[in-house]
Amino acid sequence: MTMMKKLLTSAVASAMMASGAQAAISNDTVKIGYLADMSGTYRDLAGPNGLKALEMAIADFGGQVNGAKIEVVSADDRNSPDTSSSTVRRWVENEDVDLVAGMVASSVSIAVSKILEENDRLGIISGSAASSITNEHCTPNHIHYVYDTYPLANGTASAVVKEGGKTWYMLTADYAFGHALEGDVTRVVEANGGEVIGTVRHPFPTQDFSSFILQAQASGADVIGLANAGADTTNAITTASEFGVTQSGQTLAALLLFLTDVHALGAETAQGIQLTTGWYWDMNDETREWSDRFMEETGVRPTMVHAGIYSSTMQYLNAVKATGSDDAQTVRKQMMDTPINDMFAKNGKIRVDGRMVHDMYLAEVKTPAESTNEWDLYKILRTIPAEESYRPLSESKCKLVNN
Amino acid sequence: MSMIFGVPVAVLSGQLLIGIINGAFYALLSLGLAVIFGLLKIINFAHGAMYMLGAMTTVLMFDYLGVNYWAALLLAPLLVGAFGVVIEYFLLRRIAGQDHIYSLLLTFGVALIITGVLVNWFGVSGLRYTMPDMFKGGVNLGFMFMPYYRAWVIVAALLVCFATWFMIEKTKLGAYLRAGTEDSQLMQGFGINVPLLISLTYGFGVALAAFAGVLAAPIYSVTPVMGSATLITVFAVVVIGGMGSIGGAIITGILMGVIEGLTKTFYPPASSAVVFLVMVLVLMFRPSGLFGKEA
Repeated sequence: MTMMKKLLTSAVASAMMASGAQAAISNDTVKIGYLADMSGTYRDLAGPNGLKALEMAIADFGGQVNGAKIEVVSADDRNSPDTSSSTVRRWVENEDVDLVAGMVASSVSIAVSKILEENDRLGIISGSAASSITNEHCTPNHIHYVYDTYPLANGTASAVVKEGGKTWYMLTADYAFGHALEGDVTRVVEANGGEVIGTVRHPFPTQDFSSFILQAQASGADVIGLANAGADTTNAITTASEFGVTQSGQTLAALLLFLTDVHALGAETAQGIQLTTGWYWDMNDETREWSDRFMEETGVRPTMVHAGIYSSTMQYLNAVKATGSDDAQTVRKQMMDTPINDMFAKNGKIRVDGRMVHDMYLAEVKTPAESTNEWDLYKILRTIPAEESYRPLSESKCKLVNN
Repeated sequence: MSMIFGVPVAVLSGQLLIGIINGAFYALLSLGLAVIFGLLKIINFAHGAMYMLGAMTTVLMFDYLGVNYWAALLLAPLLVGAFGVVIEYFLLRRIAGQDHIYSLLLTFGVALIITGVLVNWFGVSGLRYTMPDMFKGGVNLGFMFMPYYRAWVIVAALLVCFATWFMIEKTKLGAYLRAGTEDSQLMQGFGINVPLLISLTYGFGVALAAFAGVLAAPIYSVTPVMGSATLITVFAVVVIGGMGSIGGAIITGILMGVIEGLTKTFYPPASSAVVFLVMVLVLMFRPSGLFGKEA
């Protein structure tokens, strides 16, 4: 029923545009709600600096689009689907928020996207990882922009298996994101002739990993795969190095590492770790130029999530400008029709399932000798082309894809 | 290889040892809480923040002043303890004698402020602290690889725990302390400066938390939020041991470390909940805790 309504709405909207009628921006305001972990374990990879990135995009747009002013509200999601749901419900039902941006913990994004679907508003998810967000949890009301667990597994896991890491032991964060990543890694490892011989699902968050590292050591697996993020990953890596994991011949594969994590670990501890990333600040003049501006605002180098928030907000505002509307379906369609070419992506494309597909990069953390400053941390080993990176639509379980 | 419930004995021994190490941390932290509650009847919700301050001070003193690990082991608890005395003197003293809930709310507020300010300054990704060179590496015990540092944690924590217990339960100073909190007017009549004694006791409890923080700095990522999760577990430990029981806090701390470690082996998803499960059971059958005196 709601699906039908949406189709109708968008049909009417496009008809209005085709007939030249002026599609309107509601309340003469484009209101963006920024939702992210502002104080917890995922704060640094998005958080307050993500809000800065969003504001940079709005400032670059002159603070208004087609004469309508652009407003921002923000909230701390506390990594809690419940808290986030009530915030977003208030935003869309009482405060006329048109777009929800940011969003980090996958469980938060999945909960929020359902509310957006009920109310027919748009969400652009930049921080989350679970590939299920545009697979079984896809809606016509959200876009997943920066990366997901599918290319993380494709990039890092296949590289590690090809280097001889045949047997894997997984340490998985016990919630939606960890499960999705574990599933995607298992698929890639098996497809490349390897095997996952054991899994521990640890509570999120966990401070002490010694017990889990010990179990992983006892398993005798070639590779210990870390399907977690943020402080969980850095704690696991620190503990692994303390317990002599690498000396005993096992390899660590951190499947999701953000620049802020590597910065916290330092080149000394993190050197040689391979990771997959959607973007790195020091790739070309365009990325460096934007990163310099970001650093002036925040004092730190941007993560791929920060860059994605800026880029996706620009794409959104451009779509609002082109269609003269802030209606979710009209804007989403315009965004899908427009290839993304900016500091974040080249020939990026938003698919019908809401997945923004773009090139990904396999990177390796530099050694202290190679690193010239505290943020000079990655060397890019390989560009993974967009079509090779993401889950093909032919394998999709998304209800918007006709399979 | 011999097995117990499908887990090799070697793995199990390793997990037991890890449990004891983590238990030593719990013991140290719950000991501070128990000292503060047992002697001052203050429910110190700022304890996690003080643990975090101990770790942060260690890292910052090293980064900016070059203070090494051994000096930090002494200096960080002193500094944080002094900070605790300031809090006691300016804030807690004003609500002395009121219902417990006031000290709980006040210290909780203090913890939120400290954490919030530091999150703003340092973020949450963690500060780097390198392990002192002499602790790098470890020894293979046959059933597990034992990092030298973890062995040191057990020794240091147990020494401090024992010294604290001994001081409070067996020395004259401890007797003054206990008497001062029991009947402060009478003690003051004997010429003992009870308010000073109370300030110092709070400072000492806080210093114990900071000491645990220094021990944690080389092995956990040091962030302003590191105390909040630990605090709740440690409170459960104190409740299980019996609020205010010094010896009980130490023994229960180690016991809970072991139980948590075993849960991590047999059913990891429950490992963050098992301590609270034990707490529920203990409260049902022994409301004053395993080692508590009937109230």
